[in-house]
Amino acid sequence: MSLLKIEEVRGGYGKADILNGCSLEVAHGEIAVIIGPNGAGKSTLMKAVFGLAHIHKGGIFFNGEDITNLATQKVVAHGLAYVPQENNVFPTMTVEENLEMGAFLRDDDFREQMERVFELFPRLKERRAQPAGTMSGGERQMLAMGRAMMMEPRMLLLDEPTAGLSPKYIDQTFELVKTVNDLLGVTILMVEQNARQALEIADKGHVLVMGRNRHDGTGRELLDDPDVARMFLGG
Amino acid sequence: MLVYGLVLGSILTLGAIGVSMLFGILRFAHFAHGDMMTFGAYIALSFVTGLGFPVFGALPFAIVVTVALAIAIDRLVYRRLRRTQPVILLISSFGIAMALRALIQMIWGPGNHALQKGIQIPYRVLGVAIKPDHITIVVGAAVLVVALHLFLHRTKLGKAMRAMADNPDLAAITGIDNERVIAWTWGIGASLAATAGVFLALDTHLNPMTGWHVLLMVFAATILGGIGKVYGAILGGLVIGVAVEMSTLMIEPAYKPAVAFAIMVAMLVARPQGLLGGRA
Amino acid sequence: MEWAGLINYGVFMLTLAGIYAVMTLGLNLQWGFTGQFNIGIAGFFAAGAYASAILTTPPSADHLGGFDMPIAVGLLGAVLVSGVLALLVGLVTLNLRTDYLAIATIGIAEIVRLFLKNEDWLTNGVRGVAEIPKALSTTPLDPALADLLVVLAALAVVYGLLERGRRSPWGRVLRAIRESEPGTQASGKNVFAFRIQAFVLGSMAMGLSGALYAHFTGFISPEAFDPEFITFLVWVMLIAGGSANNRGAVLGAMAIWAVWAGTEFLTGKLPAEFTTQAGALRIFLIGVLVQGILLWRPEGLLPERQDGKKRG
Repeated sequence: MSLLKIEEVRGGYGKADILNGCSLEVAHGEIAVIIGPNGAGKSTLMKAVFGLAHIHKGGIFFNGEDITNLATQKVVAHGLAYVPQENNVFPTMTVEENLEMGAFLRDDDFREQMERVFELFPRLKERRAQPAGTMSGGERQMLAMGRAMMMEPRMLLLDEPTAGLSPKYIDQTFELVKTVNDLLGVTILMVEQNARQALEIADKGHVLVMGRNRHDGTGRELLDDPDVARMFLGG
Repeated sequence: MLVYGLVLGSILTLGAIGVSMLFGILRFAHFAHGDMMTFGAYIALSFVTGLGFPVFGALPFAIVVTVALAIAIDRLVYRRLRRTQPVILLISSFGIAMALRALIQMIWGPGNHALQKGIQIPYRVLGVAIKPDHITIVVGAAVLVVALHLFLHRTKLGKAMRAMADNPDLAAITGIDNERVIAWTWGIGASLAATAGVFLALDTHLNPMTGWHVLLMVFAATILGGIGKVYGAILGGLVIGVAVEMSTLMIEPAYKPAVAFAIMVAMLVARPQGLLGGRA
Repeated sequence: MEWAGLINYGVFMLTLAGIYAVMTLGLNLQWGFTGQFNIGIAGFFAAGAYASAILTTPPSADHLGGFDMPIAVGLLGAVLVSGVLALLVGLVTLNLRTDYLAIATIGIAEIVRLFLKNEDWLTNGVRGVAEIPKALSTTPLDPALADLLVVLAALAVVYGLLERGRRSPWGRVLRAIRESEPGTQASGKNVFAFRIQAFVLGSMAMGLSGALYAHFTGFISPEAFDPEFITFLVWVMLIAGGSANNRGAVLGAMAIWAVWAGTEFLTGKLPAEFTTQAGALRIFLIGVLVQGILLWRPEGLLPERQDGKKRG
């Protein structure tokens, strides 16, 4: 059974629709990647899952439960976590406080999970008392992912986690995504601009154009598809 | 002079923290804050004169009623306007300010009242005359500020409040219920406003315009400290309070509010992000 | 007798409504078209009222002047004084964000009030300026009717000018600034100059309105008008009528003034011991009314006209 299922979704922010009948399914333990040109509705789709964009047709189901247009703070409780592309940390709060906020809905002791996050990102441990706003872009991205991990989610939504990072950090980020998926068993849906690298680690890939699915397949299939390669992989 | 400045500064601080927090969370300048202060003071007055409570026995009731009023107004009006531009909230709060003041006049009449009867015998400390009330006000404000600091940094809810001021969308993504945080922000803002109002009535006298007259100074303190920043509000309140009282050495006392205003405008032009810097 | 009384009352009310309409038009230029949040309206109103009063009263030992000049000069002086005041204020504050500007303008109004109250040599302080001449007093017209004519004439002039401005390229630039300041800046317009012009011209209308009021009542003092209330009422009028629509502004002024006068009838029915409460009740009702308008009809009676163009 699929963990996340998006069915023929239409919607956006205002009057004009950005999503025009977009569907995808992600199974337990998979890494799924969405690629596509700017303005295709990739980020909007993620926001729609989190109740930050309005859906007027179609539905979104998580683990069999209908979460279409659910209030944002309630989606988290279902075991989904989301790392937006920009403004994804609380700048005036310290690293540790950012992580605590990630565990906001937990009433149990989350120190163990925080230690686990610190193991994944040793850099965060060094800077635990530093305000997040004073850190570099790469460090913030780590913190944002760490924050999302604090709820021990079943699934992680990542919106362009490598945007604006240097090549060294980009490789590191992809490694990390694989680790989180392999070791911790977290299902992943990510939007990526570095399409080739992303598809290489992906179980499944989707190409989104004008708010609609253009190509679907395994990561390998899309990489080998001459059409996809020419249009979206730059050669 | 300095003593008066500290007393006024403490009162302004309590008001400015509320305005600043509300701005941080809801992104609009709350023009009814002064009248909320007045309202709290009148509730206390009713308990003191009507039921014979001591001023400090009446304060908790003043706080509870003012908080209830603030949350009710938020639910009935502000909440429904939140989806539009913040400036609509500003207009709305201006209307609320007028309505609240009119309500106060209807219930308690337009005249002056004193919260405490009789003359206090001032202490003499190092040759400076200090009234017991002054000590109460300054110490009371300091205690509240420390309590607020602990709340914002040690409790989950306090941290959620800071998180939401930082980034409301991200706060929702982490599972923070924005509406609940907003309600708590009103709770704290209104509690501090009611306390400030009672202190103001202790220090001087009380009439329906009392709060409105200090609102400009409260805003000046908020802006001086950097709008949306709690610690800035403390600094801003004290600086404005002392500056306003000290200015009477040089210019006519009638122009006191103008001094606060002049500092504020200078600040807006020179350093709109506030004394402590950081984001605007 | 009954009829004559009613007509007199109607003329009186219409004159005051006209005075408010002039102010509402001024605010419409600032807020409706340019997006400037001025809640210091009463300051410019008072400045205009005092300017005209001092220019036109017979010489007096109590205050500066009077200069015994014709009323036309008084009105012109009122417009100039409020315009200069707006220019000074605008140069310092107009680059501020909306909420800062709001706070700044309220400060200006407060300073104007303090100034008028405390500078006895200029304004006779709280005792006020009396013997302000009536308009058209040398003509055989009924004085009340003469006042109404003058106010309506002024209203017509202000309305005509603003409508011409609105249709002109100048008006389009103002609206462009309201919608997107960076965009307008990018198209090579000196945004600040346009903002200053709108602010000064709007404030001039408020000053003119103050002068009309002074000549209508014949006596002014800092306590004679409640500044926050005037400001508030003008805002309610503009929002009710429909901001960015000059006809709406005038209609709003008339409608809200009618409501305001109507509440007087209502509260007049209350027993005498409630008279002090009655005024407060009326303000309370208007305060509640504005919430209702914002909640249920935020675009006002006459929404902004889009000149045939649709907004995306």
